[in-house]
Amino acid sequence: MVLEFEKPLVELEQKIEEMRKMADTLDISAEINKLEVKINELRKNIFENLTPWQIVQLARHPERPYTLDYIYLMTENFVELHGDRQYRDDKAVVGGFASIGDHSVMIIGQQKGRDTKSNLYRNFGMMNPDGYRKALRLMKLAEKFNKPVITFLDTPGAYPGIEAEERGQAEAIARNILEMSRLKVPIIVVIIGEGASGGALGIGVGDRVLMLKYCWYSVISPESCSSILWRSWDFKEQAAEALKLTAPDLLKIGIIDRIIEEPFGGAHRNHEEAASILKKAIIEELELMSKVKKDKLLDNRIKKFQDMGFWKE
Amino acid sequence: MAWFKRSKENISTDTRKDVPDGMWVKCDECGEMIHKKQWEANMYVCPKCNYHFRIGSEEYFSILFDEGTFKEMDKKIRSVDPLKFTDSKPYDKRIEETMKKTNLYDAIRTGTGELHKIPVVICCMDFKFIGGSMGSVLGEKIARAIDRCLKTGSPFMIISASGGARMMEGGISLMQLAKTSSRLAKLAEEKIPYISVITDPTTGGASASYAMLGDLNIAEPNALIGFAGPRVIKQATGKDLPKGFQRSEFLLEHGFLDLIVDRRDMKDRLGIILKHLLHKTNA
Repeated sequence: MVLEFEKPLVELEQKIEEMRKMADTLDISAEINKLEVKINELRKNIFENLTPWQIVQLARHPERPYTLDYIYLMTENFVELHGDRQYRDDKAVVGGFASIGDHSVMIIGQQKGRDTKSNLYRNFGMMNPDGYRKALRLMKLAEKFNKPVITFLDTPGAYPGIEAEERGQAEAIARNILEMSRLKVPIIVVIIGEGASGGALGIGVGDRVLMLKYCWYSVISPESCSSILWRSWDFKEQAAEALKLTAPDLLKIGIIDRIIEEPFGGAHRNHEEAASILKKAIIEELELMSKVKKDKLLDNRIKKFQDMGFWKE
Repeated sequence: MAWFKRSKENISTDTRKDVPDGMWVKCDECGEMIHKKQWEANMYVCPKCNYHFRIGSEEYFSILFDEGTFKEMDKKIRSVDPLKFTDSKPYDKRIEETMKKTNLYDAIRTGTGELHKIPVVICCMDFKFIGGSMGSVLGEKIARAIDRCLKTGSPFMIISASGGARMMEGGISLMQLAKTSSRLAKLAEEKIPYISVITDPTTGGASASYAMLGDLNIAEPNALIGFAGPRVIKQATGKDLPKGFQRSEFLLEHGFLDLIVDRRDMKDRLGIILKHLLHKTNA
């Protein structure tokens, strides 16, 4: 899939590709080079001036690396663990032990599908209460065996379904938020795609919150915000703007701690590179965390969230 | 062809006025006309069908606290506009107007007082203040109220009525879920009781944080309680919602409430529960 604003880029790239094929018979390397310079300029120009809505589109790009892609590309010895021990195994979230660098960690992340079939299997990355309870079970397991927890956020929201409500969607998310605030091991949260509201925060409370460059994280999706506040679906661009949901904006107000660079043109254009940049950052964070004393860790975490907010008296 | 023809276009009723304005209220549920005095004496519950009218902090505080014991905390904390958010009007203007209209500073008030002579700290939300939406002010007020409990050991209560997080504060309002819940974790660590009283309606962020985290979760009858709103669920699933879906009784049946208490019994029941929780037994 090619996004609207990526089109001029892709067209040029195709042109270069065609020229390369001809280059066997013709000497046109000078032209190719010229075109490559042009592409780079164009890409720089496009990607330095992305609107919040364009970033939302990038965050949802169907070829973006998902949780399992990152796990396979940056960890070893991954052992996937299933189920909440109460009701079922929610496929919208995956988790398990993995080695990253020299660290043995618990990785938990929301998982989208890439086509209709896998999206139905993964429920489009929308977790049910069972998913939040599965995640919490894995976090408690990590705590018991003293393993840092890494969570990947990538969800359009918690699933708004009848059964989800029957089984206590609100309670499940609330419980996770509370328990994560006092889990006795380091938690590193990474927003790798969409961070939609309580559904994301349900596995998103941590000591360090990292965010890939072309992601969004907010209290509501721009579409829903538009439909509620503007009473129309047509104001999603304005809503995306108003919500300040991009990484630089969130860094400014202290909701995230660090922005992770993406490959030129977005993570979907080079999964390996995206994973290797993220891997390096996570290892750095793990090393920093390992130096913090346990009780200090929890005090810092609670204080971090206590400090969030703006008011006057 | 009709036999009779109306001589006037419409039958007009707006000149008829046998009920003096402001003396009577009409039950939203059964249509019963209730005299205001009776309505107030009945704690804003319909005497005919038991419908619990939506009320605000002023009413709850007067229902729950022993007379003359309530002291409001942090009354004047108010919103700023950190994102410079504008939809149909700028957020700071919306706040300004809502404050004037409601005579409130934000969607929550907090205070100390006594409930059947037991010192307590109670937070109560006001749904009429931008739909009881939770933003920075709410988070800070709850945090400070909890800090008061941590200092004095008083039991803690939140009376919820909320449509969810306040969109005009974007991600910051989402973080209030973490701010309040992590503070509650601290309270739990000190074994100080926290009772969540859930009223109509409590959805979204409030239910996905403090409202569902009580040592006891108590609801008023027939309150709408859920994560996603019914309209959203219907739209997302295309299914008809079962009868009584997301109402207090439904949540009790599914195991998410400890009990449902009629507003008229609330104070006495809370008193008994607090006595249990605070009783020092020789365990």
